[in-house]
Amino acid sequence: MRRFVRSHATELALLAVIAVICVFLSFATDRFFTLGNAFDLLNTSSVNIIFAVGLLVVLIAGGIDISFAVAASVVQYLTATVLGWVGGGNWIVGFIIAGALGVALGCINAFLIHGFRIISIVATISTFNIFFGLLMFFTGGVSIYNLPDWLTTRVVLFEREMADGTWAEITLPVLIMAICVFATWALITRTTTGRQLYAFGDNPEGARRFGINIGAMQFIAFGWLGLMAGIAGLVQAHYAQEVVPNALYGRELDVLAAVVLGGARLGGGKGSVLGCILGVLLVSITQNGLNLMGVSPFAFKMIVGAIILAAITLSNTSIERLLPFLKSRRVPS
Amino acid sequence: MTVLIERVRNALGPELAGPFAAFVAVMIVFGFAAPNFFSRATFGSVAFQLPELGLLTLAMLLPILTGGLNLAITFTANMAGLTLAWVLQSQGGVDAGVGAFMLGSVLAIAVGALSGLIMGLVIAYTKAHPILVSLSMMIFLRGLGEFLTRGGDVSGIPGFLAPIGYGSIIGIPVPLLIFIACVLIWHVLLTRMKLGFNTYMIGSNIEATRYSGINTRKVQVLVYTLSGAMCAVAGIIMLARFNSVRVGHGESYLLITVLACFLGGVNPFGGFGRVIPVFVALVVLQLLSSGLNLMGASQHLATAVWGILMITVMILRWLAGRLKFLTTNRG
Repeated sequence: MRRFVRSHATELALLAVIAVICVFLSFATDRFFTLGNAFDLLNTSSVNIIFAVGLLVVLIAGGIDISFAVAASVVQYLTATVLGWVGGGNWIVGFIIAGALGVALGCINAFLIHGFRIISIVATISTFNIFFGLLMFFTGGVSIYNLPDWLTTRVVLFEREMADGTWAEITLPVLIMAICVFATWALITRTTTGRQLYAFGDNPEGARRFGINIGAMQFIAFGWLGLMAGIAGLVQAHYAQEVVPNALYGRELDVLAAVVLGGARLGGGKGSVLGCILGVLLVSITQNGLNLMGVSPFAFKMIVGAIILAAITLSNTSIERLLPFLKSRRVPS
Repeated sequence: MTVLIERVRNALGPELAGPFAAFVAVMIVFGFAAPNFFSRATFGSVAFQLPELGLLTLAMLLPILTGGLNLAITFTANMAGLTLAWVLQSQGGVDAGVGAFMLGSVLAIAVGALSGLIMGLVIAYTKAHPILVSLSMMIFLRGLGEFLTRGGDVSGIPGFLAPIGYGSIIGIPVPLLIFIACVLIWHVLLTRMKLGFNTYMIGSNIEATRYSGINTRKVQVLVYTLSGAMCAVAGIIMLARFNSVRVGHGESYLLITVLACFLGGVNPFGGFGRVIPVFVALVVLQLLSSGLNLMGASQHLATAVWGILMITVMILRWLAGRLKFLTTNRG
């Protein structure tokens, strides 16, 4: 038990913070503590959680990726176009196309990073600009509203009428999110590849001497994120019922902040799926709660930013480390 | 020939070789591709567009040299611009005097420096990763700005500010003069002052620097504070150029400033890099953008080409490293 507490300190701290916020919001608003709201939260966070678990794998492998949200936009647009050519298709075709395109874009990053030894932040900032620039250039910023019916129809997996007559629904994105989360969890904790990813992220040179194929690690990590980005792009198109070229622009930094809030470390070798999900949920619960409390939507980001700043500050510092500084500041000796 | 190359390299410094080669290449390619490239209009537009991106790049440069990153630059610039705009508005808007502008500018720079100061303190004292600290500061500042302006823009700027955005002295645009002055300040800071030396030291090896008796925390805090102050200068120029402030203006510059730094030969892990090559890299980027524009391509295509240029430079650098490796092995 004590070992569990120690090894899952970030996750437990996040759970505690989320619990406190939830208790507070349940008393402060009458809508928060309902099944309907909980399901709404899940539906709206699905896309971000899919992105987040993908990014987690790259962070564990010691890389960073800025380009995934833009890659998802490219995938959305191409998938919608290809589906138009083949005349419809269905969910399976959609996933195959989106997944394959996503993996391909992820592998471009991996190729640049591994093949030419470009560090991941430089490579992905470059590909961010290339993907986004080309997407906007070729599409002219025009959105696609004419999507196949199967993609835009809402699929309700579970519904229940609440006492006040509103419907609590779980929709398809939640199921896809659950599958992605499970697959990522299985990949990083239940396979040899997963252990190798952690080892590689923690110490690339050591991993290489151990006989781990470091090129394969880069391709697996960025390919996995590409796959998740592709799926998230398709789910986002389903959720929004349209494809807007710059809709996901800027999402990458929000997701990155949430994942790192969940205990993943820039520099690699650390991070868990649970923490990652809790990080995303903490941000979306806060936003949801502020919304229900009637706080102006313009203030959301300010408060969320302040919370992340505080959380990062606190999680990186223990009281003992902070105290000598406080002492020396207050009592000049 | 090799002696000549060696001499040029020594004069320019090793970091300048890459950006300078890119500069020559861009001049040659567009000289042939776009017939009216070598015109007053091209260089005029470059001269007016350069300062905004350039000042933000200078703000990004210092943190990168310490091995960090400041993702909050554009929103820091926005907040500083808003501060100045509000001071001007409270002093009568379009009728505000020069005194109000002076006061507003000082407050704007103070606001920029404050945001940098907070980031610097958190980074220096908690050892949190600079990317995360500046990222959350960015989210916070964007939210704050949107909250205070309700997503709209603040206008009503007195007319005497226009020359700062559009005027020129003996043919050189005023914003460019301000930018060049800032480049020189940064150059002197990094090459002649103790703070600059310590910045490089921290970027190379922070622990070793701390053991050699340098107050690394103080240096880090100062670096981020200066970065914030430089953002504020960019914010003031942006206000003068667009005659209004809007939160989110210049957001697309964020990643391009990082690109410009790396293109200018700055080491992504910190410790190495100089101001002048970064300046040349910026000129290259703007010339590329203007040249493509002349040829009828959009701004978005220019963005993509900037990314491709970056990748190309990185691949060339890798190739150069390989070749050097081969030659030393043989000899």
